Amino acid sequence: MSRRPVALYAGALLCLSLLAAAALSFVWTPWPPFEMAMASRLQPPSWAHWLGTDAYGRDVASQLLLGARASIAVGFVAVAVGMLAGCALGLLAAARRGWLEDALMRLTDLGLAFPALLTAIVLTAVYGPGMGNAMLAIGLYNVPTFARIARAGARSIWARDFVLAARAIGQGRWAITLRHVLPNVAPLLVVQATVRFGIAILAEAALSYLGLGTQPPQPSWGRMLSEAQTLMGQAPWLALFPGCAIALAVLGVNMLGDGLRDRLDPRLRRL
Amino acid sequence: MTALLARRLLGLLATLAAMSALVFCTLDLLPGNAAEMALGPDAAPEAVQALAVQMGLDQPAWVRYLSWTRGMLQGDFGTSTSYGEPVAALIAERLALTVPLALLAMLLTGVLALAVGVTAAARHRSATDTALMAVTQLGVAVPNFWLAILLVLLLSVQLGWFPAGGFDGWSEGVGTGLRTLLLPALALALVQAAILARFTRSAVLETLREDYVRTARAKGLSERAVLWRHVLRNAMIPVVTVMGLQFAELLAGTIVVENVFTLPGLGRLVFQAIGNRDLPVVRGCVMLLAAMVVIVNFAVDILYAAIDPRMRGARR
Repeated sequence: MSRRPVALYAGALLCLSLLAAAALSFVWTPWPPFEMAMASRLQPPSWAHWLGTDAYGRDVASQLLLGARASIAVGFVAVAVGMLAGCALGLLAAARRGWLEDALMRLTDLGLAFPALLTAIVLTAVYGPGMGNAMLAIGLYNVPTFARIARAGARSIWARDFVLAARAIGQGRWAITLRHVLPNVAPLLVVQATVRFGIAILAEAALSYLGLGTQPPQPSWGRMLSEAQTLMGQAPWLALFPGCAIALAVLGVNMLGDGLRDRLDPRLRRL
Repeated sequence: MTALLARRLLGLLATLAAMSALVFCTLDLLPGNAAEMALGPDAAPEAVQALAVQMGLDQPAWVRYLSWTRGMLQGDFGTSTSYGEPVAALIAERLALTVPLALLAMLLTGVLALAVGVTAAARHRSATDTALMAVTQLGVAVPNFWLAILLVLLLSVQLGWFPAGGFDGWSEGVGTGLRTLLLPALALALVQAAILARFTRSAVLETLREDYVRTARAKGLSERAVLWRHVLRNAMIPVVTVMGLQFAELLAGTIVVENVFTLPGLGRLVFQAIGNRDLPVVRGCVMLLAAMVVIVNFAVDILYAAIDPRMRGARR
């Protein structure tokens, strides 16, 4: 299988570029990102403005670099919330079994019926739009998925002989969970984290497109697209670059996830 | 089968009840006062008080919850604070667009995904396989609303083949209506089809390794007959489950895509209701969307048990 490392390296490269773009935006952008210049509005890509300018004459390339920050921030927080809460619930369900496991799994079923966007819409209806609520909503949506994966993985580990041995020497349920179960389900969770990171970037973009996510003046790829849509006839490039940025970021995260899965858990390798 | 149906139906009812409680709690209890929300922060306290009494907010939460659920069971979702019309009528009007849109998107998803997934699996490790999988990898990464914008840019603005947005209803004829819905459905379907195609390919490859496939080949069946008669039927089982789960994403996707194309559907209704702080509409739409997801998955479960007797004993 020669194609495996290619996905891993290409994915890692794209992810590093995304991080580098966000880091770079703190120290340097081609133009001041918020500087409006009505004289040079809606310019097509040129040597001065590599990706053109928007309706207020702001440099698109600079805005895109800043937009990477919002995507990464939402991705990290949403995955962290989902992974911590979901993993705790899943491990608890697998360790305790019985009615608690049943109840927790019914709850995750319920949670899975609310897509991220719907959760986010409910939260913004109650607490108002904003990046914080978007992060929280996408994070909450991630909890049931992580809970199910952690529980399924943990249950198979609990059935293994080394867990039986640990119990025989008198280790408690929580000690076994922390020392034996968690390290063995960790690879599954890491792979899932990359998948969810990609989904979080897409969800943040959709929410910001609807005006419910990242708020102005903080640039966001999703909101750039909604602004571009109204000017589609005059300045089609405005709709092109933010979409490419989103697609490349998600592609990178997904490829990294595929590569990691093959590396960390050969049993799950895709055919 | 009857026992299973009864058990699953009970489970469905319990889920719907829990769901309504969850929706009610998040939307009705947490924000304090729904009347305050409807009128905005600058409203006079007397006006808020009057509306609160009119909305029945002076009653305890459990009374309001019971009257809301009892109303829903009778088809009464309350009255919209911004339109002044019954929520049920508003929703029914919008469903005439959203349901055909979701079904059309699901149909396109299934057809595209099966074609691509089966082709790729049948030519495993060929250039065709690699190329198709590269395209789907890209498809998974593309946001559906961006795809929608690009489709409008290319097919409506540049070529003028499709309307760029809006919907005149079904009075112009089914053909015209479907033509309007085709681009939004395609934008929704392409992304989901990419996910499903990858899954279909894996399922088909998995099934190709089964003993009965070797037997079918050994008895001299053509590769085409093996694929269609033996492999696909068995591979379809996990594929249909995933399609059921994707329906949730599709419904959520309509919220965004309806806004790209300014289609007067359920997604646009709920989105505008948030802007108008119209709580009865938001609550009704969210409940309905979530209930649709649960009911579709319930139907898939039952369908399974009907198709595959092995599924009847097992709990998911």
